[in-house]
Amino acid sequence: MQDGNPAWMLTRYEDVRSVLADPRFSADRLAPGFPILAPGQREGLSRQPKFMLSMDGKEHNDARRPVISEFSVRRVATMRPRIQQIVDEAIDELLKQPQPADLVKWIGHPVPAMMVAELVGAPLEQQPYFRDLTSRILAKGVTWEERFEISKTLRKFMDELIQSKAENPGDDLLSRQIIQQREEHGEVNFEGLSALAHLLLFAGHDSSAGLISLGVYTFLTNPEQRAAVMAEPKERIPLAIEEMLRFYSITDIGAARVALEDVEIGGVTIRAGEGVIASVYAANHDPEVFENPGELDLLRGDRHHVAFGYGPHQCLAQNLSRLELEIVFETLFRRIPTLRLAVDVDELPFKYDSVVFGLHALPVTW
Amino acid sequence: MRITTHAERCVGSGQCVLTEPAVFSQDDDGVVTLLTDRPEGPAAEGARKAVFVCPTRSLSLMED
Repeated sequence: MQDGNPAWMLTRYEDVRSVLADPRFSADRLAPGFPILAPGQREGLSRQPKFMLSMDGKEHNDARRPVISEFSVRRVATMRPRIQQIVDEAIDELLKQPQPADLVKWIGHPVPAMMVAELVGAPLEQQPYFRDLTSRILAKGVTWEERFEISKTLRKFMDELIQSKAENPGDDLLSRQIIQQREEHGEVNFEGLSALAHLLLFAGHDSSAGLISLGVYTFLTNPEQRAAVMAEPKERIPLAIEEMLRFYSITDIGAARVALEDVEIGGVTIRAGEGVIASVYAANHDPEVFENPGELDLLRGDRHHVAFGYGPHQCLAQNLSRLELEIVFETLFRRIPTLRLAVDVDELPFKYDSVVFGLHALPVTW
Repeated sequence: MRITTHAERCVGSGQCVLTEPAVFSQDDDGVVTLLTDRPEGPAAEGARKAVFVCPTRSLSLMED
């Protein structure tokens, strides 16, 4: 790992699932022995409010439980018209651009940014500003210093937003949390809400952007499979999305834990204090579980992959993410059936240099 | 086949509802509820898959 400490890597589907669901492994990113993936990770995390991702047991349950109703299957379905509007507006913008245009810049970044703006209830007039900041923080070519400055600006934006909602609650996720906290505890946990808003931003943005661009790339480079999917879009786009989630497993090394006691996994004893990385990519390509795992089959229809993780930390907003992808793919190929790549496949800048896989750019024409 | 839920473990991922909407639902808090505890036919097959995909093992299944 970055700090020189070794960590175990789990590659079997069963082992990955069992560790991620096992309370004897902690998700606390500041616990001694937790695998350090990025330089400065520990220093950065120690200076900000604790994310839900880093909590265990009751603490995690208490933080997650008030929010889960926001992402229930029923609640997410009610967001469809607004997501459709966001996607349509982004495609309108794309169509105004000179060709070739970068799909990552015009769809991949702005759609998830607008989704987060919608979730946190950013006022309409501030949404372009928010979208610009969140898109810039992820773009390639941004220096560390610039990223740090954007991050500070975003934090200020979110903190002011939460403050204004505490004074004047609206109809959005943050306002509902504020109202609920006042009813239950008589006060508002500003630090916790700030951590939640940032989690929604960082968990919901890069990963969605990655899958939007990889998904469009996949449809463009597999015309026969695309034709089969688009022949029955309502039934088959959701299947295609599950297969893309499995095949790319874009947040491969995100599922890290540290053992709290000695635990035997797959015949090996992992000692207390040792770090573990559960490779969701390897698990999703385990030939014991998925037939011909290296083959991309958009009609495969398996949805027991672990691309969203497993256990109590399994992605909170996964159903929103599925709906967002579904609407993007359906609308994009319905509105621009002549969409095609503007460069050779081997010229595409895949994000081999990032912890979340995707594309830095996807030049398209139509 | 009989399905039982352990609501205290549920984290509301909704995987059961997506896998077998004829058997599983979510209440206003996003926590799993059952539409039937004795699914039959294709719904029984779907329920079996849902028990497998649940990330927190909040569902269990007893064969008759």
